[in-house]
Amino acid sequence: MAEIVLEKITKSFGNLEVIKGVDLKIERGEFMVFVGPSGCGKSTLLRLISGLESITSGELLFDDSAMNNVVPSKRGIAMVFQSYALYPHMKVFDNMAFGMKLAKAGSEEVRRRVEDAAKMLQIEHLLDRLPKQLSGGQRQRVAIGRAIVRDPRVFLFDEPLSNLDAALRVATRLEIAKLHRSMDNVTMIYVTHDQVEAMTLADRICVLRDGIVEQVGTPLELYESPDSLFVAGFIGSPKMNFLSGKFAEPHGCATLGVRSEHIDIADASPTWTGEVVHSEVLGSDTYIFVEVGADEPLIVRCPGSQTVPWGKKIGLVPHEGQLHRFDSGGRPIRDGL
Amino acid sequence: MKRSIADWIKWTAFYAFVVVIVVISIFPFYYAILTSLKSGTAIFRINYFPVDFSFQNYATVMTGRNFVRSVINSVLVAGTTVLLALFLAVTASYALSRVRFRGRALLLVTILGVSMFPQIAVLAGLFELVRFLGIYNTPWAMVLSYTIFTLPFTVWVLTTFMRDLPIEIEEAAIIDGATPWVIITKVFMPLLWPALVTTGLLAFIGAWNEFLFALTFTISETQRTVPVAIALLSGASEQEIPWGPIMAASVIVTVPLVALVLIFQRKIVAGLTAGGVKG
Repeated sequence: MAEIVLEKITKSFGNLEVIKGVDLKIERGEFMVFVGPSGCGKSTLLRLISGLESITSGELLFDDSAMNNVVPSKRGIAMVFQSYALYPHMKVFDNMAFGMKLAKAGSEEVRRRVEDAAKMLQIEHLLDRLPKQLSGGQRQRVAIGRAIVRDPRVFLFDEPLSNLDAALRVATRLEIAKLHRSMDNVTMIYVTHDQVEAMTLADRICVLRDGIVEQVGTPLELYESPDSLFVAGFIGSPKMNFLSGKFAEPHGCATLGVRSEHIDIADASPTWTGEVVHSEVLGSDTYIFVEVGADEPLIVRCPGSQTVPWGKKIGLVPHEGQLHRFDSGGRPIRDGL
Repeated sequence: MKRSIADWIKWTAFYAFVVVIVVISIFPFYYAILTSLKSGTAIFRINYFPVDFSFQNYATVMTGRNFVRSVINSVLVAGTTVLLALFLAVTASYALSRVRFRGRALLLVTILGVSMFPQIAVLAGLFELVRFLGIYNTPWAMVLSYTIFTLPFTVWVLTTFMRDLPIEIEEAAIIDGATPWVIITKVFMPLLWPALVTTGLLAFIGAWNEFLFALTFTISETQRTVPVAIALLSGASEQEIPWGPIMAASVIVTVPLVALVLIFQRKIVAGLTAGGVKG
């Protein structure tokens, strides 16, 4: 239940500047996702907020009070790590109770809080086990439970799903979304490199690149009106098609971006024509890769399963209103749309 | 299935080699036990199987002046050395593995360098130090010198182990509000048990067997540790070396070590091989 404000935050390791001046405001109760390619500084930014790393310059505020020099345990945060980071020699109960015991809470209070959290996550029957007797998904639940027991103002997640297999990842993602709804006062910050997780969980997404915030917005804002070529390419799967040179010139831009679902196959008066070089049939959709003479083949998404013979020449027509135009600096050109 | 002749030769050679190794390592101790059970002039007849079971030598040693006292001294000195060395090593290796500071690598190499000095090279200096501290002819002189000699090894092993512990566990503890001391005692120590047992046991063996310092830093019989006491066991006259009691005493002081190693065998293996504990 805290509003978090970052003002001109920087972080350097020796001579290497990793975070290069981040200004960001995270609302009370918001689910904010930091996303970006590896090495963009998203985990570092989270660790600065947690207090595990010290801030080089700038100011970090929780509810208007400066946190720069407050130790992690006094910030009212809880953190869930990628590797679970459970204490291997302690039973689940003790893992969850460790923080409260260090804070000298009464044993009744500890028991009640741990049991409440366990009930919420349906891990009551595991309280007497050791972490090594649990599966990956159960361990991550315990790690989340340990965070809940701390009753934090801010929840921090550092790629919590990366160690889980695909099916479990979806299930746990749902769990986290549910958790956020049931604890509607708690601010959550979630770091991931997976843009699907970002899109599905976030109230707002913060896209980072090389220690700089590229864009902050709701998932749909990012999807529909990306502020840069980088964001356009990073958000959305399959990746947005980029066309330059003679393809972009008629639209008055350096790079033309068009999402795969905004291209129709039309053999009558096509805008572009090309040869089918590959297709991926996913059941619900089919991705057709068409070589139109640009740097990379265009990806066209068609509903349903379609079989398109390789080497066939087809015509393509983009949806006029859903083109993204970028200037040579990678910035969007919005006027005249 | 028939074995070929080459297989037989390999098989025989392998087990012959095993037998040789076992005999070389076990035989001295076995012969000490044999000798300790003989009495009188039987000691000077060579035989490889027990012929008589006389506990006379054991009785002589145990009732002899100050031998029991020496054993107690040894236990106290070795025990205190282990506790002190482990305490210092655990705290030092936490700093060396987890706290970033200038000159950390240099300090680690220096610690290793210290362990390369032969005992005799530092004996004189250490003697002066012991006199200066006023602990000459007390068990503390030995505790001090053994701790100095055992620490480099202990610190190195524990530092390696601690470095392998996942950093996230420590960070989780920090967020839970743990101080470095709580992290060391409540989180790291339980994970380091195999390493602690291994290094502790090796430190114990080292302290238990040490002779040169024990001889130099003690003067009175009541302060001696066992190795010195055995070496200085004397017979009725100067011409007589009491082989029987010496062997009995050797057996008495070896058995606890063998027992300790056997008890902690699994832990030692785990400690020497496993690099750390997976979260």
